[in-house]
Amino acid sequence: MSTETPEPDITSRPRGRAARERMYQYLLLLCAALSILVTISIVALLARDAITFFTLVNPLDFFGGTEFLLSRDVYGLLPLLSGTLLVTVIAALIALPTGVAAAVYLSEYASDRMRSVLKPGLEVLAGIPTVVYGIFALVYVTPFLRTIGLPVNTFNILSPSIMVGIMIVPMVSSLSEDAMSAVPDSLRRAGYGMGATKFEVTTGVVLPAAASGIFSSFILALSRAIGETMIVVVAAGSQPRMLNLAEPLQNLWQGFQPMTAAMVQINSADSVSQLGFSSMFAIGLTLFAITFLLNLVSNRIAARYREEYE
Amino acid sequence: MTQNEMTSDDSTDPAAVGTTATPDPSGEPLVDQSIEVDGTDSSAQAGREQVIEARDLNVFYGDVQALQDITMSIPENQVTAMIGPSGCGKSTFLRSINRMNDLIDTARVDGELYFEGKNIYDDDVDPVALRRRIGMVFQHPNPFPKSIYDNVAYGLRIQDETENLDQKVETALKRAALWDEVEDQLDKSALDLSGGQQQRLCIARAIAVDPDVILMDEPASALDPIATSKIEDLIEELAEEFTVVIVTHNMQQAARISDKTAVFLTGGELVEFGDTQSIFENPEHQRVEDYITGKFG
Ligand SMILES: Nc1ncnc2c1ncn2[C@@H]1O[C@H](COP(=O)(O)OP(=O)(O)OP(=O)(O)O)[C@@H](O)[C@H]1O
Ligand SMILES: [Mg+2]
Repeated sequence: MSTETPEPDITSRPRGRAARERMYQYLLLLCAALSILVTISIVALLARDAITFFTLVNPLDFFGGTEFLLSRDVYGLLPLLSGTLLVTVIAALIALPTGVAAAVYLSEYASDRMRSVLKPGLEVLAGIPTVVYGIFALVYVTPFLRTIGLPVNTFNILSPSIMVGIMIVPMVSSLSEDAMSAVPDSLRRAGYGMGATKFEVTTGVVLPAAASGIFSSFILALSRAIGETMIVVVAAGSQPRMLNLAEPLQNLWQGFQPMTAAMVQINSADSVSQLGFSSMFAIGLTLFAITFLLNLVSNRIAARYREEYE
Repeated sequence: MTQNEMTSDDSTDPAAVGTTATPDPSGEPLVDQSIEVDGTDSSAQAGREQVIEARDLNVFYGDVQALQDITMSIPENQVTAMIGPSGCGKSTFLRSINRMNDLIDTARVDGELYFEGKNIYDDDVDPVALRRRIGMVFQHPNPFPKSIYDNVAYGLRIQDETENLDQKVETALKRAALWDEVEDQLDKSALDLSGGQQQRLCIARAIAVDPDVILMDEPASALDPIATSKIEDLIEELAEEFTVVIVTHNMQQAARISDKTAVFLTGGELVEFGDTQSIFENPEHQRVEDYITGKFG
């Protein structure tokens, strides 16, 4: 044995290393902080202009108002909220079942080859510019709905809502599939070992175990539907209208103006009062608050489920 | 165990001679084929019935052969242990008994495996129905992320046997020696139990549907010694009502709890099979002796 092999000196520390390490840390912190900073500034600016609005318009009149008329300086939120609600509900009815079914198929049933075809296909769906969906709704979906006998107006809430639903399917399916793929195979084997069929394993074992992830995908997709702008601007008409609760089906055939579409209209109008302009920020802040709340709820629930399922 | 447990004095029967290094040359089926037609097994009349009989069973994963010409029979209501070095095909054999190998795309099974006289690889056998009669407990406890109660009730529910569900769940938990520990917290998530409790829960889940056979793949290898000894006691008790087939890496465990022992060696051969006592005290093959005494493997 050679005694000459130099032993590494455990006390030697390259000079400057600590400083370098600290520098990396600060650089990374800066990037993280920057995104938070931008978010905070946006919210702060939104809030500032919204407050200007609320000094001139009673919040009760805004949040409880059933009329929205730019030309007469009447700013009631409820008609816009009606539009947003309809879009979200219809899109959810389409996207949640379809998305979960697609995810189940991809994660549990599809062969590798099938998956390698379908997954990119779904991703393409997510990559289509939303204005294209909007035009498609106007030019193809509405006439199609008429040919199958639905009494839809040229501008109606149903067509764009269907397209919003289709647009968010990939979001639901890909996030749900991730959640299902993360369910350990040992659980599936336990199910099969008990004499469960594939469908029983999927519905009784995999779906419940992936529930928190699937739920998160719902919330994200719904936030996306709520915030979707272009499709509804193009195809929903610009008719702020209250929900017709007496005849719910009638709502589907008529045009509405969701919150996002109203903001676009205000912003692009030729002549709009100072008050009208600042109403845009009040609507924007409300939209932000809604999606923020949704995300908060989703995080809460996801955390609760996770405790149970992992 | 006596040597006299076979259904006939057919000395070519591997279990009767205690070893089965080679396939039965006679080519005769191990069981009377007539029992396929007539549900009652004539072999039960004398001594113990052989519930499971493998005959020239070969299993391949793609081109790789994992089991070679396995011929052996597993007696009813006893504990049969499978031992052997890693990769010798113990798990593969266990999975071929309830057709869990069907779930592996590359796996291919050749030969016959009789369960109560019926070749389970016949086309008309439904693996789902088969697995309801041959339950399985895995190496790592794998309770569902559900409540303790729902775990045990799972198999009964998918079989629509929900009458007296509470009673059946309680019985299964008692038989799995877990009832006293979970009696007051049946609604608690199964994942909050300790590893040893989870494994006993998995055993309760498997026996709740009252199968005929329970397959266990190293059920105690992920557990500490105390939990292990609880599982071992449990297995010995279970053998009063069920046929237990257990894979283990722990030689002492096999010696302690099993009635029969099968020694597999590398290459997927079944080298020796017989009464546990004689395998451990007086193995016929040098290779088996070397393995048991720790000289290789
Ligand atoms: N899913 C699989 N795909 C391909 N080959 C496999 C698969 N499972 C097992 N094998 C191969 O089959 C052979 C036997 O494996 P098996 O798991 O049955 O051994 P084992 O005796 O249970 O080993 P261990 O004691 O380590 O669990 C090994 O060579 C292994 O690599
Ligand atoms: Mg194994």
